Amino acid sequence: MEAGIVSYGAYVPRYRITPTEIGRVWGADGEGMGLALNVQRKSVPAPDEDTITISTEALRTALVRGGIDPQTIGALYVGSESHPYAVKPTATVVAQAVGATPNLTAADFEFACKAGTAAIQTCLGLVGADMIRYGVAIGTDTSQGAPGDALEYSASAGGAAFVIGREKVIARVNRTLSYTTDTPDFWRREGQRYPSHGGRFTGEPAYFRHVTECARRMFEAVGTAPKDYAHVIFHQPNGKFPVRVGKQLGFTDAQMRYGLVTPFIGNTYSGAALIGLANVLDHTTPGERILMVGYGSGAGSDAFDLEATEEVAVYDRSYGRTTQEYLEGGVEIPYAVYAKFRGKIQMGGS
Amino acid sequence: MSIARFWRETPRRYNLGGSKCTICGTVYFPPRAVCPTCPHHRETLEKMVPFQLVGDGEVVSYTVVHDAAEGFEMQVPYVMALVKTVEGPVLTGQIVDVEIPEVVIGLKVRATLRKLREEGKAGVIHYGYKFTPALDSDVRPPARGPAVPAESGALPASDRAPA
Repeated sequence: MEAGIVSYGAYVPRYRITPTEIGRVWGADGEGMGLALNVQRKSVPAPDEDTITISTEALRTALVRGGIDPQTIGALYVGSESHPYAVKPTATVVAQAVGATPNLTAADFEFACKAGTAAIQTCLGLVGADMIRYGVAIGTDTSQGAPGDALEYSASAGGAAFVIGREKVIARVNRTLSYTTDTPDFWRREGQRYPSHGGRFTGEPAYFRHVTECARRMFEAVGTAPKDYAHVIFHQPNGKFPVRVGKQLGFTDAQMRYGLVTPFIGNTYSGAALIGLANVLDHTTPGERILMVGYGSGAGSDAFDLEATEEVAVYDRSYGRTTQEYLEGGVEIPYAVYAKFRGKIQMGGS
Repeated sequence: MSIARFWRETPRRYNLGGSKCTICGTVYFPPRAVCPTCPHHRETLEKMVPFQLVGDGEVVSYTVVHDAAEGFEMQVPYVMALVKTVEGPVLTGQIVDVEIPEVVIGLKVRATLRKLREEGKAGVIHYGYKFTPALDSDVRPPARGPAVPAESGALPASDRAPA
């Protein structure tokens, strides 16, 4: 497969809240929860930010960095479980806002946390079949956990956009494959504001089984072992699961270093693995092999075997913020401001 | 605001779509059909072309709003500013992702897409430009490789912002 990543951009909203602050409100051991989840802070979107604005910001960065004329984009897919509309695409607004309309196909994807990686696979297919010149795959979320629920300590906001093409590829995709079953570990019914989950059931039969099976099938398919990869990125609903699954598969902390971003910004759902990939691409050098294994509840995993090309050495990342700046930056807010920003306060009037 | 009216203004609100006089080179936002700068206005008819502002500029004046406009209650206090763009036009816009003491005349800013307002819980959501403080790294690199001719009806490639 000659297709791969041509350019990319990540975006994480400015505000942060700590598990300690969340626990203080609910009379819980927030600090302990943060340690257990390996989440130091989580990002919070401003009241005027949503999946559309975050996706647009990430894609604008990707297009400027890659010097890509938006009119050459043939497909644009946004993967999210927090699309602002139930009916009316996120992708059309993003396409219009970057100047890619009208000669392209666009759609929204939803597969819990792996809708963004599914969008990358679709773009690879279209580019590989020479149906389009560039495809854009975005994974973004502004998901929420119910107040007081364990999810509230990690559910955050952010996203990353990837331009897929065959020209000036900075990371070639050698192979992608998936592992999918019907596993009810996490869901949100139509009209429900907050998701529900199966507690401990989200672990072994869901996340760990799918991620490890998918990764092992990739090793078999391309004849690799964990030691062959310079970097590895897993879906990261918290900071604990990806570290444990990495150890189970035989990866070291050094291989996981750049791909692990949830401890610093929380779980960005569809954006989680992709922001990890953006951070890896910020640091990778030509010839390095990268493994990414996404996961979406419901459930499925998408694995990607990537290889950084010579182009990554001349790729201009100077425009916009680096992923590291998003991980380290931000302004911490108290729970009351967080509740106001996230619409958790019942307002008067109509 | 009616859906149709906002939809008509989408090119301006999403992409800072203005116009440029091909005779004197003056850029206008919002777009104009004739150029008031040229001495012979009538000659500029049909000479105005679409022109997309890149979104970079600096604050020339600002005010802090404490009594919010409808739909902005969650953001009080917030900053509204006059931003002189690098192409010339002065735009009014909200400055976001900033602490109020950081806003000064001369502050470099860049445009960002944000939610402007919602027509209630069931209505449409309006998006448009706001401004954020610019980063040193916001200097846009030149485009890599040859530009592809724009599709019919789109802005000329030379008049399009990179994104």
